[in-house]
Amino acid sequence: MSLLSLTGVSTFYGAIQALRDVSLEVNEGEIVTLIGANGAGKSTLMMTVCGSPQARAGSIVYDGTDITRMPTLLIMRRRIAQAPEGRRIFGRMTVRENLIMGAEVAGQSNIAGVMDEVCALFPRLRERLAQRGGTLSGGEQQMLAIGRALMARPRLLLLDEPSLGLAPLVVRQIFSAIRTLNRETGLTVLLVEQNAHQALRLAHRGYVLVNGAITMAGSGLDLLARPEIRAAYLEGGG
Amino acid sequence: MMAALRDAFLSAVIALGLFVPMVGLVLDNGDRGLVLRGRPIAAAVLVGLVFVGRLVMHLWADRPGKEARTIRASKIVPKAANRFVAPILLAAAVLLPLTGSRYYVDLGTLVLTYVMLGWGLNIVVGLAGLLDLGYVAFYAVGAYSYALLAEHFGLGFWICLPLAGIMAAFWGVLLGFPVLRLRGDYLAIVTLAFGEIIRVLLINWVSLTHGPNGITDIPRPTLFGLRFSMDDGDDTVAGFFGIEAETIHRVIFLYYLILALALLTNWVTLRLRRLPLGRAWEALREDEIACRSLGINVTTTKLTAFATGAMFAGFAGAFFATRQAFISPESFTFIESATVLAIVVLGGLGSQLGVALAALVMVGGLEMLRDLLSTVGEQMGSEWFSGLAGDLPTYRMLIFGLALVVMMVLRPRGLVSGRTATAEMR
Repeated sequence: MSLLSLTGVSTFYGAIQALRDVSLEVNEGEIVTLIGANGAGKSTLMMTVCGSPQARAGSIVYDGTDITRMPTLLIMRRRIAQAPEGRRIFGRMTVRENLIMGAEVAGQSNIAGVMDEVCALFPRLRERLAQRGGTLSGGEQQMLAIGRALMARPRLLLLDEPSLGLAPLVVRQIFSAIRTLNRETGLTVLLVEQNAHQALRLAHRGYVLVNGAITMAGSGLDLLARPEIRAAYLEGGG
Repeated sequence: MMAALRDAFLSAVIALGLFVPMVGLVLDNGDRGLVLRGRPIAAAVLVGLVFVGRLVMHLWADRPGKEARTIRASKIVPKAANRFVAPILLAAAVLLPLTGSRYYVDLGTLVLTYVMLGWGLNIVVGLAGLLDLGYVAFYAVGAYSYALLAEHFGLGFWICLPLAGIMAAFWGVLLGFPVLRLRGDYLAIVTLAFGEIIRVLLINWVSLTHGPNGITDIPRPTLFGLRFSMDDGDDTVAGFFGIEAETIHRVIFLYYLILALALLTNWVTLRLRRLPLGRAWEALREDEIACRSLGINVTTTKLTAFATGAMFAGFAGAFFATRQAFISPESFTFIESATVLAIVVLGGLGSQLGVALAALVMVGGLEMLRDLLSTVGEQMGSEWFSGLAGDLPTYRMLIFGLALVVMMVLRPRGLVSGRTATAEMR
């Protein structure tokens, strides 16, 4: 059953069209990745799902409800959580406070319990709970951003370029944590990535976005094997 | 060394350019109108101070062994400071009226008013990160709310205090709506303008506010219905307790009143910080987009910050009105906003203790320095010292600026840097 489905979505920034007639499906329990070059509209798509900016045409249905015209803050309270691009953690607040922020707004009452789960997934965060977010390394900050999103116990996790600016080893750690989550809790993940190779290997299915339109779709391994993908995104391309 | 000398010389040249018109020339009342008088020695002394100070700064910065030191990371929790300094300050504040000195109690009242305003503005600027340059507007709203309610409806202080707070909070929301989408410099400009609008409105709406003449005979506060008055009625504090009526009773009462109001501000702030709302304010200061992505209602978060900050300014304003018994638009100029903001910034954004210390230094310290200078002047019979003491209020902004620059160099994060975590290990 599809948890999130976009049908013919078009998004504009003023007069500039960023998304052209995009349709995609994310099924319950799947990891779906969206790959594409800089400026292809990947982040725009993710933000359109969150309602900021809102889609000008088309419809976005989440869990049977049309959320196309819903304000962001209501969308984010429907157990959709986002780890935004560039991590955007609260630098001067402690790691614990960062995590609490993720739970509080979502109305999560069992904060200590969920925090334990998140710390079990990212043990580094447990060590640094009393430290300021801004003093963490890039990889730890990304873990914190994902952990903060997970504090809401979401059904759908939106990840915007979690590998941005991180060492390959750290990227592998984070991706394996995502895989674990998906396997063990059945969390549905929509992953936006430039790191096409890693993302396609992790995901069940993938979409390729070029200039705001989806040009290819298929299973992760299938896309990975296609020569045009290899040429454009894998071999020194993207 | 040569470079240091040259730089010191250049600084002295700049200082010369600044101090000759600011300090070196004085307008005096002469026989026929104003006369321009020169004061070359004072200007020369200041220029010399700048030269020497700049040189010392360079020599200090280049002293041997400097490189070995690394920049200290600011501590997360200034625990030691909070543990000892705050209780001592509080005890001193509570015991101050025991000195029986009207001068100190009056000065304490003034300092506490600024402490309260600083704590109120700290909610807006320090916690929520919304730069507000028009904070005095809410102070004015509070003061005029009380004055006008008392004048037209004969309401007393204790009924008007909450009303003044509500009124100011309402205006805070009113200001908040148009500036919701603004950040940083743009927000600062609009709030600055808002502060001026309120002041100009107060001057020009003569039928309501009596314009520049202000409002007089604002009623004094009562203690559970007992008046502070020199006559010997049964409804006066002195008559009720059967003690000799003295004016200092009211002064001390006002002192404890503002102390209680300031502590209320502090208590509410500390409580709010540990609630979701307070954490949302801080998160908003850190990253607005992240807040949106978490589903925080950014609109209400901002408006509550404006409203809460404004409410405390409203309380302080009502207190100001009842203390002075007279208010006019002149009391609510931009310099007040600037002073309060300087106190918040100097104290270290978001630090309650820092704000209190900064208010003590900036308001109390300056006043005492003036007093000290004039006493020294009288003792030594020196014209120069007395003249300087008289001029000191004029140089207030200069001293503010100097203090800010010194702070930038020595403690760029404020007197008490670092914030206390809102959630501790359990």
